[in-house]
Order: sequence, then structure tokens, then C-alpha cells
Amino acid sequence: MELLNALILMANFVLVPALAYGSQLALGALGVTLIYGILRFSNFAHGDTMAFGTMAVILFTWWFQSMGINLGPLPTALLALPFGIAICAGFVLATDKLVYKFYRQQRAAPVIYVIASVGVMFVLNGIVRFIIGPDDQAFADGERFIVRARSFKEWTGLEEGLTIKVSQGITVITAVLVVAALFWFLNRTRTGKSMRAFSDNEDLALLSGINPDKVVMVTWIIAAALATIAGTLYGLDKSFKPFTYFQLLLPIFAAAIVGGLGNPLGAIAGGYVIAFSEIMVTYAYKKFIGYMAPGDWSPDSLLQLLGTNYKFSVSFVILLLVLLLRPTGLFKGKSV
Amino acid sequence: MSFLIGEKMTGGYGGADILHDCTIAADQGEIAVIVGPNGAGKSTAMKAVFGMLNIHSGRVMLDGEDITALTPQARVAKGMAFVPQTSNVFPTMSVEENLEMGAFLRRDNIQETIDQVYELFPILGDKRRQNAGELSGGQRQQVAVGRALMTQPKVLMLDEPTAGVSPIVMDELFDRIIEVARTGISILMVEQNARQALDIADKGYVLVQGRNRYTDTGQALMNNPDVRKSFLGG
Repeated sequence: MELLNALILMANFVLVPALAYGSQLALGALGVTLIYGILRFSNFAHGDTMAFGTMAVILFTWWFQSMGINLGPLPTALLALPFGIAICAGFVLATDKLVYKFYRQQRAAPVIYVIASVGVMFVLNGIVRFIIGPDDQAFADGERFIVRARSFKEWTGLEEGLTIKVSQGITVITAVLVVAALFWFLNRTRTGKSMRAFSDNEDLALLSGINPDKVVMVTWIIAAALATIAGTLYGLDKSFKPFTYFQLLLPIFAAAIVGGLGNPLGAIAGGYVIAFSEIMVTYAYKKFIGYMAPGDWSPDSLLQLLGTNYKFSVSFVILLLVLLLRPTGLFKGKSV
Repeated sequence: MSFLIGEKMTGGYGGADILHDCTIAADQGEIAVIVGPNGAGKSTAMKAVFGMLNIHSGRVMLDGEDITALTPQARVAKGMAFVPQTSNVFPTMSVEENLEMGAFLRRDNIQETIDQVYELFPILGDKRRQNAGELSGGQRQQVAVGRALMTQPKVLMLDEPTAGVSPIVMDELFDRIIEVARTGISILMVEQNARQALDIADKGYVLVQGRNRYTDTGQALMNNPDVRKSFLGG
């Protein structure tokens, strides 16, 4: 019984939240890694692209809610998602045309792109705050829980309860579907293969007659879709606040680099590595040890390695370790 | 007039001219080889024929058509194929995907051409699912040549195809190149291994400092005492 309680405790506070958070990071990191692999720069505006896409989804969600359209137990935001993606993709393509295209024609060095993307980031930052404001926005509706702590306790007779939120379930399922669709696209379709070829060897891709403009356009659309989906899932799971999305940039980049920049599989693995590390390091193990230790003994301190306020340092440390020890990431990516 | 001819080409990468009045030509089903000392402009001459650098005088003709103004991509569509010396495959894509990418411009069924490539390079058929980056140097060169053949070109241009492969693999690659030429494709090739290359060449060009020094059949060049002494080591 004690052991079961301990396991449920871990599942409730570590496994389930980390799976959901990891999926969100993985989707974000996939966008970063695709842009790095194909457009060859680190897109610092990705966090704010997520915020922009999510904002569009929220506006559509409110509009649908005001008209009484909903998805029953599922959040209305899912219905608004395609519209948000379309707006975000349009915006990102416009940025490409206004900003990045110029540098592409100049064949600018990657660092110039990075600085340009920082500029785009600030502009996006302002636009999002201007339209929806800097505060928290609530847009989740529908059923809240798949499994409730109390009914779980009654059902199993355990002391510890397990909670699985609808947003967490949706996050994991959506992430699996999106990743499967993305890999199918990259590995099976003509356009997807041409994107991989372009990422592998740009000159040879051009020699083979692959149209670079199309590759760039499709890459931006996919990145915008991934950013909007990741942002919306994160917003449903936690809450939407523009500044939080800006901060997400760090764990997302850490995930992409840990996995190996330019490698989609690595981005997914990296997302979960970062999420699990962050949550496991900031979790207080007092109760867990209490269950595991013999008798009624329980430690006096919280047994928390790091306060949650410092959770971003986890990404930093992992990033440093990877860059020092294995610059190409866990899966062979490009070294930074 | 030859099927492919770069005539009196003068030009370079921007700064000083590298090529001076350089003429390179290849006929259908013929192997033309460019040899010469380091820095003679061998690769540059080939790149000029393919439109990868600007020539400010001279012209390039393909099948009687002036293609001097065309981009390399447009020349691919006209039936020219180019195998660069390095990074000539897509390393994280499988052998078969490399071939598919070679045929990207084609909209018809490419399976027959893929089978032909596998017939020419049987090892590629065995390794079709393996990533090109995981193959040995010689196998990678075969992928590179196979990829170039996927457009069903009339002219195949190879920039030092045997660079960095063992002598055995080199002989085999040359055999395959002869086979390709027998199907009626013109071959233009830059080679460091001058002796072996001239051995299989119908036509040889010895370049020195961006100028034609000797032009003759491969056999005649091999027998020319001056060429032997200066470029073939006696």
C-alpha cells in the first residue's frame, strides 16, 4: 500500500505534469529545430510567435463562446485552433517577406538572422500586449478533469489521489497526432522530402531543382502551426500570459539543443528531458520519502532540491552541460 | 561541332580571371577529361561550363543552343547533370531518397530510372534504405553519380569523382563511367589521377594556368613525351 501510494504520488505530481509540459516543449522545440535546419538560424521570436498564435486562438475562442458555439466537454479553443494557425501562418509569412527575405537575398551570416529575429521578437511582444494586454487571460472551458483526485481515492481506496486534467490529456494526444503527421509529411511526401534535402545540403538541393521559395514558405507555415498548437496547449494547461511565453523560449531552445539542433526526433526527446528534469528537480520529496521509509518516520525538511522560482536554471544547467560535453546533442544534430 | 562545348571562356569568381580563352568540348557518348597541375583551373573550367561562375567572354553551347546566360538549375532542366567534388549527397536521407531528390524535376514515373541506377551500381540496391551519410567514400560517390543520372541527362559532369577513394574503387568507378558513356551520355570529367583518367578518355584537355596547353585524344596525350614528362611523371 505504501509503495502504491508513493507511486501514485509521483505519477500525480511528476509524471503527468511532466508528460504534458514535455509535450508542449517538444512541439515548440520542433518548430525551432525545423527553422534551424532549413532556414539556418536560431529563431528567437519563436516564443512570441507562440504567444501571437495563442492570442489569435483566444480571440476566436471568445468569439465562438459569445455565439454559443462550443465542443461540449472539450475546450472551444480546439475549434478555434485552425483559425489561429491560419492567422499566425499569415503573420509569419508576412514577417518573412518584410524581414528575413532581405537577408536571404544578401546571403547574410546566421548571426545577422538571429539579431533580426530578436527584433521581430520585440515587435511581436508589443503587438500581442497591445491587442490582448499583458495580463492573464482565461479561455479554457468544457470539462476540467478526466480523473479527479477524490473519485480516484474512492475507487482505489488509496490515500493518495491522482488527477488528470482534460488539458493534459488533450496535450499528450494532440502532441502524438501532430508529431505523427509531421513525420509522415517529412518522410513520405515529395514536399517533405525536399525540405529534408534542403536542410541536408542546400546547394545540392538547388542543383536538383528544388524550389527554395516553396521550401521556405512551407517551413514557416509548419513552424507557425507548431507554435500555435504548442502555445494553445500550454495556455489551456496553465494560463495565457504573454510574458510567460517569452520565458518559454529558454526551455524550448534547451530542448532543441539537447536533442540536437536540426533533428526533429531530438527535439521531441529534448522536450521531455527538459520537462522531466525541471519538474523532478523542483519537486519536494518529503511525502514520497515518508511513504518509502520504514515506519512512521518522515524527513523534517521538504527535500526540495531547488525552489520552483529557480526552475529556469535547470534548463540553463542542462544547456551548459550539453554544449560542453556533447555539442551536437543527444541525437546527432548540427553543432552550434 | 561538339554536342557540348565551352568555347574560348574567359572569367573567374569575381577578382582576377582564372580562365583565359579556355575551350572544353565533349561529344555524345564520349568521355572528355580535364587534367592539369594544381591550380590550373580544371574545376573552374567545368564550373564555367555549368554556369556556376560568370564568364565575360566566350560562350557555352549545348546541342547547338547557346546556353551561356542560363543558371545552373536551368541547365539541369536542359539535360546537364553535375556531380560536385564534395558534399554531393544528402547525408541524412536514404540512398533511394537521394535518387528521388535527383529526379525532383521529373513528374513521370521514375522507378525505371531508379532500377537502372541499381543495375549500374548493384551495391546501392542492397543499401537503398541506408542513409547516404553512413556509406563508405566509394559508395557515396556512386550515390552521387546515381543521383545525377536520375534526370536522364545528356551530359554528365564529374568533378574529381575518385578523390579520396581507394585505387580498386577508382578502377571500378571508371568502369561504371565508361558504361554510362556507352549509353550515349557525354561525360566531362576533372581528374587528379591523370594517367588512369586519360587511359579511358576519348579526349583529353591539359590545362595550365587557365589556358589550354594540350588538347588531343587520351591515347595521344599519354604517348606525347612532353605531356608525360611534365604531367604524368615520366
